[in-house]
Amino acid sequence: MDADRKVIIIGSGPAGLTAAVYAARANLKPLLIEGLESGGQLMLTTMVENWPGFRDGIMGPDLMGDMRAQAERFGAEIIEGTVSAVTLGARPFTLSLANGRQLTAESLIIATGASARWLEIDTDRKLSGHGVSTCATCDGFFFKGRPIAVVGGGDSALEEAIYLTKFASKVTLVHRRDTLRASKIMQDKAFANPKIDFVWDSEVAEVKDVTKGEVTGLVLRNLKTGARTELPLEGVFIAIGHTPNTSLFAGQIELDPAGYIVTHAGSRTSVPGVFAAGDVQDHIYRQAITAAGSGCMAAIDAERFLEGHEG
Amino acid sequence: MASEKVQTFTDGNFDEVTKSGVVLVDFWAEWCGPCRRLAPTVDALAGDFEGKVTVGKLNVDENPAVASRFQIRGIPTILILKDGQVADSVVGLVGKEELADKLNAQL
Repeated sequence: MDADRKVIIIGSGPAGLTAAVYAARANLKPLLIEGLESGGQLMLTTMVENWPGFRDGIMGPDLMGDMRAQAERFGAEIIEGTVSAVTLGARPFTLSLANGRQLTAESLIIATGASARWLEIDTDRKLSGHGVSTCATCDGFFFKGRPIAVVGGGDSALEEAIYLTKFASKVTLVHRRDTLRASKIMQDKAFANPKIDFVWDSEVAEVKDVTKGEVTGLVLRNLKTGARTELPLEGVFIAIGHTPNTSLFAGQIELDPAGYIVTHAGSRTSVPGVFAAGDVQDHIYRQAITAAGSGCMAAIDAERFLEGHEG
Repeated sequence: MASEKVQTFTDGNFDEVTKSGVVLVDFWAEWCGPCRRLAPTVDALAGDFEGKVTVGKLNVDENPAVASRFQIRGIPTILILKDGQVADSVVGLVGKEELADKLNAQL
């Protein structure tokens, strides 16, 4: 049976779109399935200052829009929709979309990325949209003149905290350790900002108040002393990293204990013909540029795989 | 860009346009990336449910009264109203199929 496509790419962030550019230029007529979070994490950022070639930076959504247009210019077909199931036991691989459509592919590039991680408590998710958020650029607006917290200690947490001082009366950064993981330049900016306070060595034990359906405060637990304190506020932004979007593939390809796809010899996964690129297989670098680089690798690896299996 | 079938809800017209039947309200703003992603889904639903569901978008920047009445603290948020009362809601990105199921449940 002939497959519908030589290459199907799942995901539309820098990894997926770069794979699409390369696969399209190799005349593989790739089909890219966007997924719910079309464009990936950069769609939620503002200025990207470390993408090479843009000396003054570029807006995340603009960069993704250009990448998409570039892939389409070379003949990649990009469709909306989400994949609800995959069968990787035999080639061609089968993909079922949420709208009921089925597709088959000779090779597959997984670039489903990672999504914002929530706390290991349930009160944060219950108040999502009612004062708890994982997107400062989306929801900062609702906290004009109000006290809020940011949970986390990396670059993203500090970027969100600094951004949110434009709206909030006060931003308290809650971090599990007594030092920040964030880069020096971000730390300097945050420490110099008079609206940002720091609570060290502490984790969020509870977000209040689920019964009222709105955020009224945080119960914080000091990890060194065990002491609990309450911090009254109206909003909390969670920036504690990401978890890879791999639940679709569990049991069919090898994942590491944290759920990331294991790759070897470039972008190869444990299933021949299935390749992975970007944050879904990278818990170390997690940059737009490394995602794009691995997307390029996956397209080249897929092309070579197809050459070896034709004729 | 938005479909003609999607209405524009405002602080001024909200009560009148939502008082009867099943209504889908998409709370959004220009600066909200996920809201832009959700827009084509809402457009498509307005076509699919034409004549059965009133579909409209409410810009939270320009219409603070309605957004604050429903305690909207994050966008995109979709509210499904039935005869003016909140029947269902979704915060964040959501697929077309899931929203269609939620609308059908109210019809």
